[in-house]
Amino acid sequence: MKNNYQFSQRFQRKGVIHSALVSINDALEQSIFAERTSRLDGLLQRLDPRLKLIGMLVLLVVVNLVRQPIVIAAIYLLSVILAAASNVSLLVFIKRVWVTVFIFTALIALPALFITPGEVLWQITPVVAVTRTGTLSALLLLLRASTSVSLAALLVLSTSWNNILKAMGVLHLPDVIILTLGMTYRYIHLLLHTTNDMFLSRQSRILRPQTSAESRRLLAATSGVLLSKSLQLSSDIYLAMESRGFRDYPRTMDIMRLHWSDWAAAAVVIILAVISLWVGR
Amino acid sequence: MNTNTETEKIFELKDVHYAYQDKIPALSGVSMYVDQGEILAVLGSNGSGKSSLLKILDGLYFPISGSVKAFGEDLTETALRDWAFNFAFRSKVGLVFQDSDVQLFMPTVWEEITFGPLQLGLDNAEVTRRLESALQALHIDHLRDRAPHQLSGGEKKKVALASILSIAPQVWLLDEPTAGLDPRTTAWLIEFLKAQSLAGSTVVIATHDLRLIETLAHRVYILSEEHQITVSGSPSQILSNRDLLEKNNLC
Repeated sequence: MKNNYQFSQRFQRKGVIHSALVSINDALEQSIFAERTSRLDGLLQRLDPRLKLIGMLVLLVVVNLVRQPIVIAAIYLLSVILAAASNVSLLVFIKRVWVTVFIFTALIALPALFITPGEVLWQITPVVAVTRTGTLSALLLLLRASTSVSLAALLVLSTSWNNILKAMGVLHLPDVIILTLGMTYRYIHLLLHTTNDMFLSRQSRILRPQTSAESRRLLAATSGVLLSKSLQLSSDIYLAMESRGFRDYPRTMDIMRLHWSDWAAAAVVIILAVISLWVGR
Repeated sequence: MNTNTETEKIFELKDVHYAYQDKIPALSGVSMYVDQGEILAVLGSNGSGKSSLLKILDGLYFPISGSVKAFGEDLTETALRDWAFNFAFRSKVGLVFQDSDVQLFMPTVWEEITFGPLQLGLDNAEVTRRLESALQALHIDHLRDRAPHQLSGGEKKKVALASILSIAPQVWLLDEPTAGLDPRTTAWLIEFLKAQSLAGSTVVIATHDLRLIETLAHRVYILSEEHQITVSGSPSQILSNRDLLEKNNLC
């Protein structure tokens, strides 16, 4: 679905404004995609957010404790099946996970192939060789990272950000922090829209490519205006809260209820965790 | 706080002065009153001080000099620090901000609507009852789990109204309520405010929308560009005086 944040393709001039617009639009599109997916009718979407959060944390611990790659691979496969059962696009899901893993983990895992002592699998030069232990270590690291990111992605894609925040209440995160994080997320959207409009407005009045100095000045000016706007906004929001009776500490209401399906899912997670720890020890 | 409303004055302002950062004048010697049950419009051009006036009536800003009485008692910063006074005042007065994005600070619509009743200490059963009632009254049940950034301008305004309706205030303060609304939503809003008035609520509207005055107001004040109340009268008296409207940058 095309969204409101797509801007005209005619803005093809590369530069600070173009990059900023692309980044803002990417951020908004990703957020919209996650929100849309979280509202689909799928297996994970029907489960209680608290259960999903705790289940993910349990499986993250399991993935990082077990030593058998096959067990971790099985959990990764399970995450892909769960993504499919939750109507999450597998292409997007797998791409999102592996791009992250390759950027942040593959580079770290690569040296392990060569520097870990052990049985030589491939002698590249007289002093550089790929070892079996090194290969296993790198594979284990990649599997752990990809499975962990997959589990986290499943939670984010099947649960709205606001529900994830509320679910954090079970981890005894204070209400005031949950409220503050929720409001931050809500207003990041507003400020992203404002930033988008500011850059578009500037883009529409620029007739030639900007020099580096001009770009820096533009960024500094935009940052200053945004800071000023956000300070004014925060002051007005506090007044709006005060107007409706807010004093010192927020009172909130929890409407989440566990159903039989949540308890069944909890049992499955526990059984899976125990079996994985036993088999993969 | 005096709960015996005895008809008469909900608000009474005498020679109120207010300035931003104690320098930029927003109100210069404003004296006015608001009767119980009336729909009062404060008409003024941009920058005349309408929003500041509403925030003073809502106990969010406090005058540099002059006095403000609400329900027969002094409305001061000190008075609002008292829990009982604050509770009574906030339960009775609701302010709808001009910019809905300021007012809709909670992550979802249902949390926005329950915020006020929860802060006022109502129990969960009563809060839930008010939530459902407000959602039904504003016909926004389908929006209950939406985030504010997923709403249109008209929907945001309805949620902002629902967030005040759930407090069940005796007094509605509305800052430029029709700003940015399409004609259909504007017509709906006028009917909504009429219904609130018929139910006994007092309504104070700050606006420069003359159509709103014509269709809704019982009485009108004009706030000049010098930040002073220059005229008060009935909508017909005010709207028929073209020189007056032109002088105050209203037509």
